[in-house]
Amino acid sequence: MSAIEPITLSEDQLQLHPLGRSLFRKAGIVGVVALAFTFVVSLFTADLRERFFFSYLLNFTYFLSLSLGALFFVALQHLTRSGWSVVVRRLAEFIAANVVLLAGLFVVVLLGLTHLYHWLDAEHVAQDSLLQHKQPYLNLPFFLIRCVFYFAVWSWLSRYYLTKSVELDESGDVNLTLRMERISAPGMILYALTVTFAAFDLLMSLDAHWFSTIFGVYYFTGGFVGFVSLLALLAILLQKSGRLRHAITAEHYHDLGKLMFAFIFFWGYIAFSQFMLIWYANIPEETGWFFQRQSGGWGWIGLILIFGHFILPFLGLLSRYVKRRKKPLAFWAVWILLMHWIDLYWLILPEYGQEWFFFHSVLDIGCFIGIGGLFLACACYLARDRALIPLKDPRLQESLTFENA
Amino acid sequence: MMSETVNMPMNKERTEPATVYGLLAEFSDAGAIVQSAEQVRKAGYTRWDVHTPFPVHGLDEAMGIRPTILPWIVLGAGLSGLVAGLGLQWWTNAVDYPLLISGKPIFSLPANIPVIFEVTVLLSAVTTVFALFGLNGLPRLYHPVFTNQRFRRATADRFFIVIEANDPLFDAEKTQSLLSSLGATAVEVVED
Repeated sequence: MSAIEPITLSEDQLQLHPLGRSLFRKAGIVGVVALAFTFVVSLFTADLRERFFFSYLLNFTYFLSLSLGALFFVALQHLTRSGWSVVVRRLAEFIAANVVLLAGLFVVVLLGLTHLYHWLDAEHVAQDSLLQHKQPYLNLPFFLIRCVFYFAVWSWLSRYYLTKSVELDESGDVNLTLRMERISAPGMILYALTVTFAAFDLLMSLDAHWFSTIFGVYYFTGGFVGFVSLLALLAILLQKSGRLRHAITAEHYHDLGKLMFAFIFFWGYIAFSQFMLIWYANIPEETGWFFQRQSGGWGWIGLILIFGHFILPFLGLLSRYVKRRKKPLAFWAVWILLMHWIDLYWLILPEYGQEWFFFHSVLDIGCFIGIGGLFLACACYLARDRALIPLKDPRLQESLTFENA
Repeated sequence: MMSETVNMPMNKERTEPATVYGLLAEFSDAGAIVQSAEQVRKAGYTRWDVHTPFPVHGLDEAMGIRPTILPWIVLGAGLSGLVAGLGLQWWTNAVDYPLLISGKPIFSLPANIPVIFEVTVLLSAVTTVFALFGLNGLPRLYHPVFTNQRFRRATADRFFIVIEANDPLFDAEKTQSLLSSLGATAVEVVED
């Protein structure tokens, strides 16, 4: 038994190199080509041009939610001074710092604003007194100012964590850890406000008549459970490629599995809370949104979400056995990542309309591969000559020897 | 601080002759207790236990303790809570005394879910606590090892292995020599 001996990482491969360089090139090329291809397809008809922006927004908000989940994870670990998570925290820092890439990709959303948001259409607003009342908040200049603010906060916070953490690799200066802890409490408040209002602005205002104060939490929760799944998956893949072999153990997977399990339930809890209050009150202004998502084929997608995003993964992740083994955990991680995408599809696409044909899905998948490829390439770029774990973190040893008592 | 010289007379009013409960071996560190526990298990003993001042990682595996059945008991309780919560509302609101509330169907699932959820959680949580007590044989106010003076340091800085006399392999001399050979700082007979 080696319960008390310190663990050394001298035999572990702690760099993404040389895999990172080729992955960066391949993923980057695939991403650019897929986005260019999707854009060309969208030029065929005016209808496809409008649909392109919905596909783009869907996949943009999908990857944004994963980065924001990562940012929350990093801030939370510092806020609670967690020891167990140190060996996976650097991976989260890379994913969080990807938000800078997304800030750049947001330009495409801006190009399609008039296709996406009906509150920007002056003629439409002139006939709609509700939208007129919402003009002081829902107008273009204020919307742009808010968006700049959101991305500035996220970019700054995620860069701060990454650069300070990498600095710590060199110096081992404990003050850096203390500074990251201190920034986390106000950072968390800023995070909660920006994510909530960003969800209102980017997603909820697609139907500007409808409102739900819990909507920001709903978006955050889906993103966080998606991110934890992504983190587990990344750890499994990195270990498969021969990296971090000794650093990450069944104990860490067990904890990641617990977070997946807990936040799958939390998602169900939030989704149901949103639904039940509106169902009970039965006010047309609020029920319209759900009515639209229960009619046509959308009701089936809603059922897929109830079972696929809640009941099945809840039962699947209940057991300790599953959480401590890579194969079943990887299965549920991929499952949850897929369900989170379907969840956003169900939130966004009903606003485009009922009709569907083949090229719509081409656009969806094209944008997914496009933004996803760039997302992966950016993460590889950030990891280019940095270690995959915080080498001199004061809690590294605690994390390495961590066991679920 | 506990001192070795303190020797309080215990059980001085004993009326019946003392029976041997088992052998108690004292160890001075966590590493030794894990290795010794592994040796005791390999020697084939089945009725024995380890006492430590704090949770020691790897001890469960060293002792060969099987996974607990507690999760299955809790799962059963949770499912019972689910059925009970649903059944209660169905029977009271829809069958025994139908109540029409804000124009909803007499029996409608969304309205019932909060109660189902609460009863499921309540039964699971209460069952966890009481099944945990039951499986551990708690509450237990007396244990023969309490008669031993050394054992008082089990909550401070000493680690103990106790092998019971009713273990099929128990043999006063052989067991004693096994425990001594594992590096115990003291081996004593525990009387009940």
